[in-house]
Amino acid sequence: MIRTLQDLKEFQERQEERLRQQEATTRAQIFVGMGTCGIAAGAQDVYDAICDELKKRNIEDVVVAQTGCIGFCAQEPLAEVNLPGSQKVLYGHVDPEKAREIVAQHIEGGKAVSQWAVNGGGMLAEELQAEAQIVDYNEVPFFKHQVRIALRNCGVINPESLGEYTVRDGYRSLAKVLTEMTPAEVIEEIKKSGLRGRGGGGFSTGTKWDFAHKQPPGQKYIVCNADEGDPGAFMDRSILEGDPHSVVEGMAIGAYAIGANKGYVYCRAEYPIAVKRLNLAISQAKEQGLLGKNIFGTDFEFDLEVRLGAGAFVCGEETALLASIEGERGEPRLRPPYPAVSGLWGKPTIINNVETFANIAPIINKGSGWFGSIGSDNSKGTKVFALAGEINNIGLAEIPMGTTLREVIYDIGGGVPEGKRFKGAQTGGPSGGCIPAEYLDTPIDYDNLAKLGTIMGSGGLIIMAEDTCMVDLARFFLDFTQEESCGKCPPCRVGTTVMLDMLNRIVEGKGEAGDLEKLEELGKNIKAASLCGLGQTAPNPVLSTMRYFREEYEEHVRDKKCRAGVCTALFQYYIIPEKCKRCGICAKVCPVQCISGDRKTPYVIDQDLCIKCGACMEACPFDSIIKR
Amino acid sequence: MQMLNVTIDGQRLQVKEGTTILEACELTGVEIPTLCYLKHLAPEGSCRMCVVEVKGARDLKVSCATMCDEGMEVVTMNEKIYAWRRFIIEMLLADHHIDCFSCSDTGQCKLYQYALDYGVNEPRFKVEARDWEKDESNKFFDYDPHKCILCRRCVRVCNERQNNHTLSLNGRGIDTVVGMPFNELFIDSNCVSCGNCVSVCPTGALSTKSSKHYRAWEVTKTRTTCSYCAVGCQMDLVVKKGKVVGVEPADGHSNKGLLCVKGKFAYKFIDHPDRLTTPLIRKDGVLEPASWDEALDCVVDNLQRIKAESGPDAIAGFSSSRTTNEDNYAFMKMMRAAIGTNNVDNCARV
Amino acid sequence: MGKCNCKTAREELAEVIEAYRGQESALIEVLHKAQEIMGYLPRDVQEAVAEGLHVPLNKVYGVVSFYHHFTVEPKGKYQIAVCNGTACYVKGAPAVISGLEEELGIKAGETTKDGKFSLAAVRCLGACSLAPVMTINQKAYGLMNAEKAVEIIKQYE
Repeated sequence: MIRTLQDLKEFQERQEERLRQQEATTRAQIFVGMGTCGIAAGAQDVYDAICDELKKRNIEDVVVAQTGCIGFCAQEPLAEVNLPGSQKVLYGHVDPEKAREIVAQHIEGGKAVSQWAVNGGGMLAEELQAEAQIVDYNEVPFFKHQVRIALRNCGVINPESLGEYTVRDGYRSLAKVLTEMTPAEVIEEIKKSGLRGRGGGGFSTGTKWDFAHKQPPGQKYIVCNADEGDPGAFMDRSILEGDPHSVVEGMAIGAYAIGANKGYVYCRAEYPIAVKRLNLAISQAKEQGLLGKNIFGTDFEFDLEVRLGAGAFVCGEETALLASIEGERGEPRLRPPYPAVSGLWGKPTIINNVETFANIAPIINKGSGWFGSIGSDNSKGTKVFALAGEINNIGLAEIPMGTTLREVIYDIGGGVPEGKRFKGAQTGGPSGGCIPAEYLDTPIDYDNLAKLGTIMGSGGLIIMAEDTCMVDLARFFLDFTQEESCGKCPPCRVGTTVMLDMLNRIVEGKGEAGDLEKLEELGKNIKAASLCGLGQTAPNPVLSTMRYFREEYEEHVRDKKCRAGVCTALFQYYIIPEKCKRCGICAKVCPVQCISGDRKTPYVIDQDLCIKCGACMEACPFDSIIKR
Repeated sequence: MQMLNVTIDGQRLQVKEGTTILEACELTGVEIPTLCYLKHLAPEGSCRMCVVEVKGARDLKVSCATMCDEGMEVVTMNEKIYAWRRFIIEMLLADHHIDCFSCSDTGQCKLYQYALDYGVNEPRFKVEARDWEKDESNKFFDYDPHKCILCRRCVRVCNERQNNHTLSLNGRGIDTVVGMPFNELFIDSNCVSCGNCVSVCPTGALSTKSSKHYRAWEVTKTRTTCSYCAVGCQMDLVVKKGKVVGVEPADGHSNKGLLCVKGKFAYKFIDHPDRLTTPLIRKDGVLEPASWDEALDCVVDNLQRIKAESGPDAIAGFSSSRTTNEDNYAFMKMMRAAIGTNNVDNCARV
Repeated sequence: MGKCNCKTAREELAEVIEAYRGQESALIEVLHKAQEIMGYLPRDVQEAVAEGLHVPLNKVYGVVSFYHHFTVEPKGKYQIAVCNGTACYVKGAPAVISGLEEELGIKAGETTKDGKFSLAAVRCLGACSLAPVMTINQKAYGLMNAEKAVEIIKQYE
């Protein structure tokens, strides 16, 4: 049991000693990234192959372990090989065969397979691969531009080991606040750091805590919003999977600050690994006395429980989340009263998201001054973005606030694949908006994004290229919010439905003059009149794409054209007779046999039968088929 | 209790602390359109109709759920408020089966009234109808989900006031529908036909079967006390051409806007052909109509005879629960003082 | 005849309900566990939960029908989920879904008549780098297209 700061230090030392011993007595350590995305990409097979190969070769002095997600999803499955005394090597796109080869060459042979290494030739053009040297991770562009605070331990430690968390100064901050600081001092420190909520709203965390702190003593609650529902956003999942103790510690500190003795983590049921690791972390902390009664010998008591969501995006809205924890339909309630005054079962309740809590321990540990030195004027610290869509390095990027979008997309993200032109980026998911190419050099922070008509949101960053149709994208997001509307208030329930209906007509080529004006009017009204944040932001993707890409909307409505070639009703596949070499491959791959022709006559597509699957265009070896 | 000074549309007044803007407006006589608001239930502000402007606030406020503050200045109508409410009506009409000519609620439908008030003549939007079925299984009322605007008053009155837990909100988003578990019919549910859901429905979604036979402008309402039991529920008899065609709960001290199945629906005895309209005296085994004088003479004679022959305790009195408290009291007095027995009771056991 | 599994599942359910007896706020937790045990939430299961937690049945049903995770219909032996998150959508998830719909003769959200497959278009699975992603009973398949997806489900025949 850890009862004092001294206990914690000794616990940490024992862990360090254990790791030193391990290093000294083993030939190598292999870490396989086992987040959801790693596992989906085949990390378990890789893990098994490594163990099997080691066994076959009778190698016993190698440690094979799992880590959380290091955030470089595009390179999954990832395996790190660590030979004492030499540079760590991070292998990307590992499969069982490569894994066996790595065991043979790197572990047994002692020579890294540079062409597969992310920090070697792995990401270079083929002809350069063999030449490449293994370099420090920080030389790899994907990592070089990042500052990892919330993700500090992700992919670095074994998320299922409390020991490894303490080696990275885990629970030091909790010990510090409990033994050296008053709740008011903790709140002051968080206020001074300038930390703003990372879940979307961007409200000052310290100020929020202060509201609950100032409520009369009595039952209070602290809640972690882990209902990360934005499509394309997965930073909270990565933190929960890769460093669950950081959330537990952040919540315990928050609980102490506001005077709560009970906390809930409301987590999506779709994140089974996150839930499992979080529950494990909670039981480990309880076992060591880091949760429960008399934590660090003080009279502070804190208990933590995980509650599962059940597939309702609206439960990311804080009042709906509370309703769901109480076992009700996840319908938002009117604010005020705010949860800080009247939340769970009517008691003062603070709700912060995963990333916010993950930032707390470092702020306490290193000081608000340090945190405040990172970031821009009104947006301190870092923000984790989930890069997805048309970008090479899909993954998690934690960047100092104020970094430009260009740096994120090109330096970290490696740009748009296949040389396609960047068209825009969507932040804030279905509640946010898009940023067109002309604003690539805008420093990313809360205020600048607001000026561009979008929001920071929880950190989804979807990159769109020239072949993304902005009308269809807006339709996609509205389809999402319409389906996720709880139905409580008419503006959101009916408004999103009629907007979606209009957008569906527009992408089907049935748009009418006046539709765009109606869309704008509806969007404006829904934003104003809806009961909760979901409805108040639901029209954003439509309004913001209309703001920057209005001509695309007009083309859809007026000319019945989709320049991106996405809206199937608005284009046809066409075989250019002059270019057709009459090979007949297109006719063979056509799943509905709608292409006819022969050796003598050029092939022709029967437009009435064509289902626009695009198989012919993909198959044509002579680029004779176009969309028009 | 602290009093607060507020101004509503330029009119100054004092209200008790804890008064909502809507309540303050009621005091000044300013009418605010509401759909989800229901007296005696915590406001939930979901219909978004009752918005007003509070000077100094960024957004419009829902008046049913916003408390008055000292010095608060409220404007209840301006261009912004009008446009907002108009938008709400337009959205509700987009997802409402509009058949006002044949709808039994015409003339008392709030949605219809507000659509007129806010100039929504022709709905510009239409949500495709869902495949919901009408439920006409209840003996007293019908339910048409296509006319429901999801104000949720019925669900709340059923669960929070009547505590019968029959109706719930089922599904989500645009497919949310008021109904019973597993889409069962009223007749198969635990519904006790209290009819309070019908009474609070602002549209024709829940309507009494009898309401098909009258229009709001054809009837008068008479306030009375329900005579079924001793609770003393206040109610309004809905009268068309001298006949009672319906009953609506009134906000009385004891019932606060609620009625039970008897008070709400069991009024047809009034004009029932089998109803006794004169006293009957059994003569040679056959009941024959008699005058009141004859009848009372018969009663008095016989009571006196029995009392003389067998003593007062040979007589017992049993009064109907459908009589008033006052009549019951007088009856009890007669039994005890005039006849001299304690054998007296009443069937009201509520 | 082997031992009937139903009974043990029933017993397990009864134990869960007993553990949460009278705890109204545990409704969603208990529904999760009940669905895990029974596969879906038919009327008798909802009634048992309602009775055990002292929650009216209409509330249980209202909650079940609100959350998309809960189902009152039995699911297929193989549950196919196609991610329809942004990244997957942009990279062609709709084609994967329509391909599977055609192959199985059902719409997303339905189960084949023989009870073998159910198909669902689901929210972001968080494996965006493998978009479009499909899972069959939790096993993930990445970089899908309609043909590949159809090929894969054939292995489950």
